[in-house]
Amino acid sequence: MRSPLLITLLLVSACFSLAVVIEPRLAYAKVYQRHDKSAIEVILGEARRLFATHFYTKADVYFHSGFYPSIFDEATERDAHMATDAGAVQEKHEHDANFLGQPLDWIDRFSRAFFPSSHTHLDAGGARAVEKHDGHGREEDHDLGESGDVREILPWLKITADLDPNRIETYTVGAYWLRTRMNKPKEAEEFLRQGLKANPGNYAILFELGRIYFESYKDLPRARNVWEAALQRWNQQEASKKPDTFLRLQITSNLALLEEQTGNKQKAINYLEMAKNVSPHPEAVQKRIDELNTR
Amino acid sequence: MKKVLAIAGIVVKELYRRKDFYVLFIITVLLSLVMASVNFFNDDKIVRYLKELCLLLIWIASLVIAITTAARQIPAEREQRTLLPLLAKPVSRSQVLLGKFAGCWLACGGTLVCFYLFFGLLAMSREHSWPLLNYVQAMTLHWMLLGIVIAFVLFGSLVFAAPSSNTTISFVLVLSILVLGRHLNKVALQFSEPGRTITYTIYYLIPHLELFDVRDLIIHNWPLIPWQYWAAALAYGGFFSALFIWLGCWAFQRKPVN
Repeated sequence: MRSPLLITLLLVSACFSLAVVIEPRLAYAKVYQRHDKSAIEVILGEARRLFATHFYTKADVYFHSGFYPSIFDEATERDAHMATDAGAVQEKHEHDANFLGQPLDWIDRFSRAFFPSSHTHLDAGGARAVEKHDGHGREEDHDLGESGDVREILPWLKITADLDPNRIETYTVGAYWLRTRMNKPKEAEEFLRQGLKANPGNYAILFELGRIYFESYKDLPRARNVWEAALQRWNQQEASKKPDTFLRLQITSNLALLEEQTGNKQKAINYLEMAKNVSPHPEAVQKRIDELNTR
Repeated sequence: MKKVLAIAGIVVKELYRRKDFYVLFIITVLLSLVMASVNFFNDDKIVRYLKELCLLLIWIASLVIAITTAARQIPAEREQRTLLPLLAKPVSRSQVLLGKFAGCWLACGGTLVCFYLFFGLLAMSREHSWPLLNYVQAMTLHWMLLGIVIAFVLFGSLVFAAPSSNTTISFVLVLSILVLGRHLNKVALQFSEPGRTITYTIYYLIPHLELFDVRDLIIHNWPLIPWQYWAAALAYGGFFSALFIWLGCWAFQRKPVN
């Protein structure tokens, strides 16, 4: 009777000893290390970037109060208007103000009263700015309403950032609207710092961070430091490939403005010279340089 | 009419005795409240994502209730052998079907009132406004859509062999029309003949359920739908409901009940 009990105890002891030896080794084994990522990364893998794109588009859909082309309407490449309006990206394509065109049939004409069929932007009042009278697209501009409605795009941008932390536009667009329309520079700064953590030294995020210090906090020395860091990063990151001149133009123009405000005329001119090299309208920049020289 | 209402009353009682509505309502409430508790940039006025989620859950719940309730009406009567005693009374087959339709439709109307009341309260807690007429338009259009769906499913329950196949086919058709219905004309124009004519004919023949889906207008605070358009949509929905009920009555007359 005692023998089976002893054998059981021996087996349990052996199992426990084996577990104590093996478990710490397995915990550091390569197969377990890959689970060191966030739950979203583990579950979705690279597919999360597809979802991120979907939610980024969703934010733009909200920016247009639901008026957005479907895959059946989309014939040309589009810019996200919430991004072009925020100055986060350069507008490369024409605004397709009415992708719906003329109604194809009576059902098409009739159905337009039942879904958003006018082009509006949330920062200009969104759907409140349009009073539809007869459902045929006749519009009247009214009070622009509360342009803070643009806050509605923010949840989608937050989700996009969580799903794809390397999508830079998400941070710059979100921070722009938080800072300018919602008067939340602190939250904008936190969002940008989250972006910087995921994308160390990114010049676009640094530039947007500088705008917060310059425009919201009026902290000119800090803004200068951040923008100079942005310019330095731009030189490092963009020199070897097709350069993003749009951001360089913005950084140098803003640095010139800052130096002008702080009385450093020569530095301002230097930055304007840099801006002139990448500006689509160099003559306008030259005019500003001449103005500064004559002062 | 009394007979129809009596049968409808039984169907309504059946729905509130079952757990479907309560479960779906609680799930909708819980998910909406969980999402409402999420903090985005310390801004408590952000509401549209919440309205979208809540309306999506309402639509899913209402379609599940409408289709599953309507699909089991006639087959359940046959399985439980209560159809013959019912028809032995001075009530015609058409009155039975109309009663079933009215019961399902009224029951769905009741559930919609609960759902939209919750939705309105949820939206009001953030927006501090109560666009009652917009909600009335959205709810009535939604209810009319459910009328078409219920009529179709009742007709399907007399055509298809089992409630499960009827439910599946109905879900697939309803979702397909909701997603593709509006764009079928554009798709048709991409085809060459005779595909173009066939697709355009389907486009004209199907009930355009997407007309009744005005969630985007509610989510993004668009102005009211012109009332004449709203009334025309209801008439359009009424026509298709009547058509499917008539087809159902026609099929029921020819169907052996034993």
